[in-house]
Amino acid sequence: MHRFANPTRFLRIAAVVQPWVAWITVTLFAVGLYMAFFTAPADYQQGESVRIMYVHVPAAWMGMFCYAAMAVASAVALVWKHPLADVAAKASAPTGAAFTFLALATGSLWGKPMWGTWWVWDARLTSMLILFFLYIGYMALQGAFDDRARGAKASAVLALVGAVNLPIIKFSVDWWNTLHQPSSVIKMGGPSIHPSMLWPLLILAVAFKGYYVWVLLVRIRQELTANKVRILQLRQVHGG
Amino acid sequence: MGAFFNMVRRDLNLAFRQGMDSLMVVAFFVIAVVLFPFGVGPEPNTLARIAAGTIWVAALLASMLSLERLFQTDYEDGSLELMALAPIPLEVTVLAKVTAHWLTTGLPLLVTAPLLAVLMQLPDDGFWVLMAALALGTPTLSFIGAVGAALVLGSRRGGVLLSLLVLPLYIPVLIFGVSAVEAAIGDLTVRPHLLILAGLMVGAVALTPWASAAALRQAVE
Repeated sequence: MHRFANPTRFLRIAAVVQPWVAWITVTLFAVGLYMAFFTAPADYQQGESVRIMYVHVPAAWMGMFCYAAMAVASAVALVWKHPLADVAAKASAPTGAAFTFLALATGSLWGKPMWGTWWVWDARLTSMLILFFLYIGYMALQGAFDDRARGAKASAVLALVGAVNLPIIKFSVDWWNTLHQPSSVIKMGGPSIHPSMLWPLLILAVAFKGYYVWVLLVRIRQELTANKVRILQLRQVHGG
Repeated sequence: MGAFFNMVRRDLNLAFRQGMDSLMVVAFFVIAVVLFPFGVGPEPNTLARIAAGTIWVAALLASMLSLERLFQTDYEDGSLELMALAPIPLEVTVLAKVTAHWLTTGLPLLVTAPLLAVLMQLPDDGFWVLMAALALGTPTLSFIGAVGAALVLGSRRGGVLLSLLVLPLYIPVLIFGVSAVEAAIGDLTVRPHLLILAGLMVGAVALTPWASAAALRQAVE
C-alpha cells in the first residue's frame, strides 16, 4: 500500500488504469441496461415499473459501499498519515452522497405506483435518508475550516464515528419501524429472485462500482493537480 | 482520579459563576415543548399521544444547544492546549468535562421533565419510565455531542454545523427513549428498552472519549 503513497507513482499508474476502467464501465452499463430494459421480464404484480429496481438497488448498494470506502480511507489516513488516503476519502464523499440521493429519489418514484405515496417511513428508506445526512455533515465539516489539513483530519474522525454508529442507527430504525407499522411494506420479489432479473442487477451493480473507481481516479488526479497549482501560485506570491 | 474530580469541580465552578447558562437551557426546553400545544391544538388526547416524543425531541435540541460551550471557551483562552499537554490523558479530561456538562445541563432537564409531562398530559403510567429513560439517555447525548463539539472547534459557523453532525447520531437514543415510554403507557414490558438505553450509554462512555480526544488533539495541534 505504501508503494502507492508516492503521488507521482500513483499518477503514472492511474494514467494507465483509467482508460481501461472507463471502457469496462461503459461496456457493463451497456450490457446491463440492455438486459434490464429488454431481456428481463416485467413483474407479474408490479408490471414494467419493476425496472426501476435495476437502478435503485445498485444505487443503494453504492451509497453504502462509498461510505465504507470513505471510512477505510479515513482510518488509513489517520493511522498511517497516508497522503493519498485523505484525498481518496474526500473524493468518495460526493459520489456516495449522489448515489444515496439517487437511491432515495428512485425509491420515491417507485413508491408512488407501488405504495400509492411518494414517501413511506420504511426502515430502509429512513436509514438511507440518515446516511444521506451523514454524507452532508461530512462534506460540510470538510469545507468548514480555513486550513484544509484540519478539515481533512476532522472529517476523517467524523467518518469513523459515523461508521461505528451506522449499524446502531440501522438497528434502531428497523426496531422503530416494526414497532410503528408492522408488515405494510411490500418486500422486493420475495425471498428468491429469478436469474433473468438477477443477472442484469448484478451486472449493473458492478458497472456502478466501475463508475466509482473511474470517478475516484479522475477526482484524485484533479485534486493532486489542484494542489500543485496552489503551491505554484503560493511560490509566485512569495517569491515575487 | 483526583485530577478527574478537580476537573469536574473546575467546570462546575465555572458554570455556576456564569450562572444563567444552564437556566437558559432549561428555559429553552420548556418553551420548545410549550409551543407544541399551540401547533397541534389543546385537545388532551392528542397531547397525550405526542407527549413522550415532544419531550424527547425538545430534550435532544436543548442538550445540543448547550454543547458549544463545552470546549469553546477553553479553546479560545488557551486552557485546552495546557490540558492537552498535561500529564493526565486527554481522554480522562474529556470524561470529566462531559460529566460536568451533564451535571449542568442533563440533570436540570431531568428535573424539569415532570413539569412538562404534566403540561403535556402524559399518562401516569409513563411518568417514571420517562424519568428513567431520560436519566439513561441524556448522558449518551452529552457524550456523543462532545465528539461533535470537539470536531467543530475553530470552524466557520460552528453552531449550525454542530447540529448537522450530531443530530443524526442522536436518533437511536430518541427511538429507544420514546419507545420505552410508549411501552409503559401501552402496558408492555419496559425493561428491554431501558436496557438498550443503558447499553448505548455504556458504549458511549467507553468509546466516545477516544474520538473526542482525537478531535481535540488535532484542534490544538
